[in-house]
Amino acid sequence: MTSLAFESVTVTYSGRTAVAPFTDTVKPGEWLCIIGPNGAGKSSLLRSIAGVVPHAGRILVDGSPLTSRSSRRRAQLVAYVPQSPVLPSGMTGAEYVLLGRNPFVTHFGSESALDHSMVNDVIERLDLTGLATRDVDTLSGGERQRFVIARAVAQEAPILLLDEPTSALDIGHQQQALELVDKLRREHGLTVVSAMHDLTLAGIYSDRLVLMHAGHVVAQGPAEDVLRPETLGEFYGVSVRVHREEDGTIIVVPNRTNGY
Amino acid sequence: MSTAMSTRTTGRWWIPSASVVLVCSSLVGVMIGPAGPQWWRVPLELLNRLPLISIHSGLTATDWSIVWQIRAPRVVLAAIVGSTLSIAGASYQGVFRNPLVDPYLLGVAAGAGLGATIVITVNRSGTSTWWIDPLPLVAFLGGLTAVFVTYMVGITGKGERSSTSLVLAGVAVTSLATALQTFLLQRNTDVVRQVYSWILGRLSSATWGDVRLVLPYVLVSTVTLLLHRRLLDVLRVGDDEAAALGVNVNRVRLVVVIAATFGTAAVVAVSGLIGFVGIIVPHAVRLVVGTSYRIVLPVSLLFGAAFLILADIPGRVLDNPAETPIGVVTAFLGAPFFLLILRSRRRER
Repeated sequence: MTSLAFESVTVTYSGRTAVAPFTDTVKPGEWLCIIGPNGAGKSSLLRSIAGVVPHAGRILVDGSPLTSRSSRRRAQLVAYVPQSPVLPSGMTGAEYVLLGRNPFVTHFGSESALDHSMVNDVIERLDLTGLATRDVDTLSGGERQRFVIARAVAQEAPILLLDEPTSALDIGHQQQALELVDKLRREHGLTVVSAMHDLTLAGIYSDRLVLMHAGHVVAQGPAEDVLRPETLGEFYGVSVRVHREEDGTIIVVPNRTNGY
Repeated sequence: MSTAMSTRTTGRWWIPSASVVLVCSSLVGVMIGPAGPQWWRVPLELLNRLPLISIHSGLTATDWSIVWQIRAPRVVLAAIVGSTLSIAGASYQGVFRNPLVDPYLLGVAAGAGLGATIVITVNRSGTSTWWIDPLPLVAFLGGLTAVFVTYMVGITGKGERSSTSLVLAGVAVTSLATALQTFLLQRNTDVVRQVYSWILGRLSSATWGDVRLVLPYVLVSTVTLLLHRRLLDVLRVGDDEAAALGVNVNRVRLVVVIAATFGTAAVVAVSGLIGFVGIIVPHAVRLVVGTSYRIVLPVSLLFGAAFLILADIPGRVLDNPAETPIGVVTAFLGAPFFLLILRSRRRER
């Protein structure tokens, strides 16, 4: 299992600060969920870990800085599921999952038999065998999301980043996708960092929440500490009720403010 | 249950098939011409020339020199030009993730055209005694310069990842080079015809010397592009995701663009501007073999060669003894095909 540490990680886009110095340590096997209103810097933080946007400060994987690694080596450590992944038309599901093996293939090389069997294995484990020969264009939203997760799993990286993994899915597929991630996390000891809009789901699945607002961390801790009506009201600008179920599940419900 | 088949072992037989098509086209190419031996005698003579085989073909020495000194280099040059434009076109389409771009996108054609125009207007007749013909050389340099300017203008600011600015810079550089070319032609109307015939493209004067001239550039370009075919598939998920998968996107794009430009500039320098090949061939190939660049690139290479050899044939025999420029033939075939694709295009990212 692998830890992920942030030391004053800052992301700026042409002078505008998207993530103010962010310091945190994600323990090995932990699921950290970043929440916050649109534009809070959640995606920017994830993208900086994935190496998609440049950052200042240090991101450490098991104590050694990520930026000192080659992009291939970094991709062996960190798998990234973006908010709106591109599934190229004309590609089969299996070919798409095979892209996840890219970090293990040399620049001019091609995938080995091992890579292919690894991909077949992932496809079987994720119950995608029947869909693997289909053109990704013909898949439903839920099926596509499972293939995107399969691609990330094929990457065999100990750290999994998920940017809004459920925003395009119905409630059944949301549960299916998050259960899948949770199962993989337990089976493989993955360290997971996700950005999520659905606060109830964020509370159910993660070990710890970080609430960001305008690039800054404004609250962090277990769900019951962060998901408070006054905190959410202040930073989301909403009026919500927070229910606590008997099993400890925290449910966030928006209040209707007009029409009563 | 195995899904090994689904991770692309299908489609491999396209490469041998395309090779057979190329061999057949080359044969047809050396068999047909306005003058020379009866067509069926040529393959017999070719067999006769193989070791351990002796067949009486009835070819005279003159016939053979027509076949070997006039038709053969023309066929080989057509194959080189066709394959280079096709693989460069497919590669450009890959790095810019736009199926409608062609190898002339970043200004290589306009730059080469300007270079050729400069040589012709300055003093074409005066260069005939030079030990090296400056026309292809200056055209080659003009093409490379134009793309270099495009790249410098298009890549603004650090961390620029957008290919749109590059394409727009290409449009601007093309317009500028074309404007300069027009200005030069306006002041030297006596060479308009000469420049025009260069622009329209020709293979008619092809010699083994031309083949030797372009072959090194084209080999380097083609091998480099073929080596990147797997990475072009990874780039199809977009710059961000490809970067997250460990691809150095900007470097791959730069290397592919340089290689494709190098090859394109070399073939433009000896054959002029032969339009549409870089779009029609990769598209036709995609329609039959699918969208994976691992197959599209090698098959485009082979079919592109065969296509240009065949497209060169009507030009030699149609209004004999005059030649229809090859660029006219490919445009005549290509423009309707292009419109057809635009109309029936499947969604392609």
